[in-house]
Amino acid sequence: MARVELKNINKIYDKKVTAISDANIVIEDQEFAILVGPSGCGKSTLLRMIAGLESITSGDLLIDGVRVNDLAPKDRDIAMVFQNYALYPHMTVFDNMAFGLKLRKTPKKEIKERVHHAAEILGLTDLLKRRPKAMSGGQRQRVAIGRAIVRQPKVFLFDEPLSNLDAKLRVQMRTEIKRLHKQLETTIIYVTHDQTEAMTMGNKIIVLDKGLIQQIDSPMRLYNFPANQFVAGFIGSPNMNFIEGKIEKGNRILFKSPDITFSIPENLETLASNFLNQEIILGFRPESIYDQNNENVAWLTEKVKIEIDVIEPIGAETFIYFQANGNDICMRTTSNKEYYTGQSIHIGFDTTRLYFFDKKTGSILR
Amino acid sequence: MKKIRLSKIFFWLLLVGMTFIYMGPFLFSLSISLNAEQDVFQWPIKLIPQKWTFKNYIQIWEDLPFGRWLTNSLIISIIQTISNVFFSSLAGFAFARLRFPGRNFFFSLFMASLMIPGIILLIPKFIVLNEFHLINTYSGIILPGLVSVVNIFLMKQFFETIPKALEEAALIDGCSYFKIYWKIFLPISKPALAAVAIYTFQGSWNEFMWTVIVTTTSDMFTLPVGMNFLKNEFLVNWPLLMAGTILISLPTLVIFIVFQRYFVQGVGTSGLKE
Repeated sequence: MARVELKNINKIYDKKVTAISDANIVIEDQEFAILVGPSGCGKSTLLRMIAGLESITSGDLLIDGVRVNDLAPKDRDIAMVFQNYALYPHMTVFDNMAFGLKLRKTPKKEIKERVHHAAEILGLTDLLKRRPKAMSGGQRQRVAIGRAIVRQPKVFLFDEPLSNLDAKLRVQMRTEIKRLHKQLETTIIYVTHDQTEAMTMGNKIIVLDKGLIQQIDSPMRLYNFPANQFVAGFIGSPNMNFIEGKIEKGNRILFKSPDITFSIPENLETLASNFLNQEIILGFRPESIYDQNNENVAWLTEKVKIEIDVIEPIGAETFIYFQANGNDICMRTTSNKEYYTGQSIHIGFDTTRLYFFDKKTGSILR
Repeated sequence: MKKIRLSKIFFWLLLVGMTFIYMGPFLFSLSISLNAEQDVFQWPIKLIPQKWTFKNYIQIWEDLPFGRWLTNSLIISIIQTISNVFFSSLAGFAFARLRFPGRNFFFSLFMASLMIPGIILLIPKFIVLNEFHLINTYSGIILPGLVSVVNIFLMKQFFETIPKALEEAALIDGCSYFKIYWKIFLPISKPALAAVAIYTFQGSWNEFMWTVIVTTTSDMFTLPVGMNFLKNEFLVNWPLLMAGTILISLPTLVIFIVFQRYFVQGVGTSGLKE
């Protein structure tokens, strides 16, 4: 039941190093917001500022309209789940979860009820008497989440909570946390460096790089309408492919680069004509490349010949890598056709899924 | 195979040799303390006395104010141990976890004080305490040993190994910094605290020099100082002295046995990686 608002938030260390510059974010009540970006982008700093573990150099942080910049963490009505769980090793699971409530002088009976309720939700009822040492990583993470739940805070903060778990458990916890969000109906702010986690869990994603917010949007809009080359490259797995080239005018308008040249499809001609004789970056996702001989798709660009370098069969799909202008380009196909290394094929690009980026600023051209 | 066995034998012999070196004097004093004869330095040395007795152990309680000295020793050692555990952990916590102006300066100052030989400080300490009229009082004996820099350093080093997230989790849960120290850091630092407690108790129990200087009447003596007065200028009652010495060494032994578990942990593992 809380709306979190960041207004022109800055974090500058020692008056020199800027960790966050001018962050403006609105996280609505009950939203599952994700802060995502590569390591060192400032996402954890931002979360820690919301938690009150890090001071805010300038700007305003509002929770439910109240400015909380100068409030101590305990007075902000937030709870946080840490990457390394941060459970108190000398306390049992019950005491770990009850600790915050005890400090707040909650009646004993209520503490018991709340802890048992949280334990039930998280499947920890049988473990309440155990100590953290005697538990697996997944169980510890649940206790850490339980400790946050019992407090019934306005906002939940998660700081890369899944990165210490193995891959299988991570996927499982992902759905669990998502389900929990639905059950608890609270605002969650979640930090991760893993774009898959971001895409699958959040309904608002805030992409950060070098302390700057790159884009704030829903997962699918981020994927389909990236604001710049960084977001385009960061969201999606495998990454979006990028090729440097030049827009030139021949008979038609051409995208020209050493290895890949094709005429700009009609739907993009007006846009491309604005950048005649300019260097641009062309972006396209692996699934927007088709084998012209195999797949009969109507909206493709003209044929481009490439030579297969590496093949990665996954099962339901196959990733084919080839070289273009010295870059590895990835193509995804779901066809059952057998490919082999060194094979030459003709590909085409989905004309509706081509992105142009400014070579200097990286921002999208449209 | 053969190599492993040879090295095993070598280490075994080394261990036995070291044990003998350390245990020898102790066993010898034990033997003297049980000797019924006055002439204990016969040649060849007899480790097992021909006539033996517990008389010396009883005599110590009857002839000397041994009970009084024991009480003095206990009071002083226990107060110093508790205060060292409390203050050095508190200061260690501050140096390890709090950011305050002059933190590095004060810590360096503390460390620098370790470079001054203790013996140089005896006279200044005496003069200061004399000004406060604390000579020949419990306070006079106890005050200089209430906290030690080495213990502060030890606790600081230990606290620094505790993950920062633990402190932050406690902050969010609603702890003040003192509560973080009291409810989180102290309970998980048992090994380090045990080490501080054992070292301090042992040092305080065996302290001789300072107590000799600061006490003037025998009712303020501690056990080691009192024992020293058995050494007359002309005559030393060795069996009595040794009986006292053996008795004195018992509490340290008991403490070590009780805390051994923590102590070994403290030496072996400095952190707690969860």
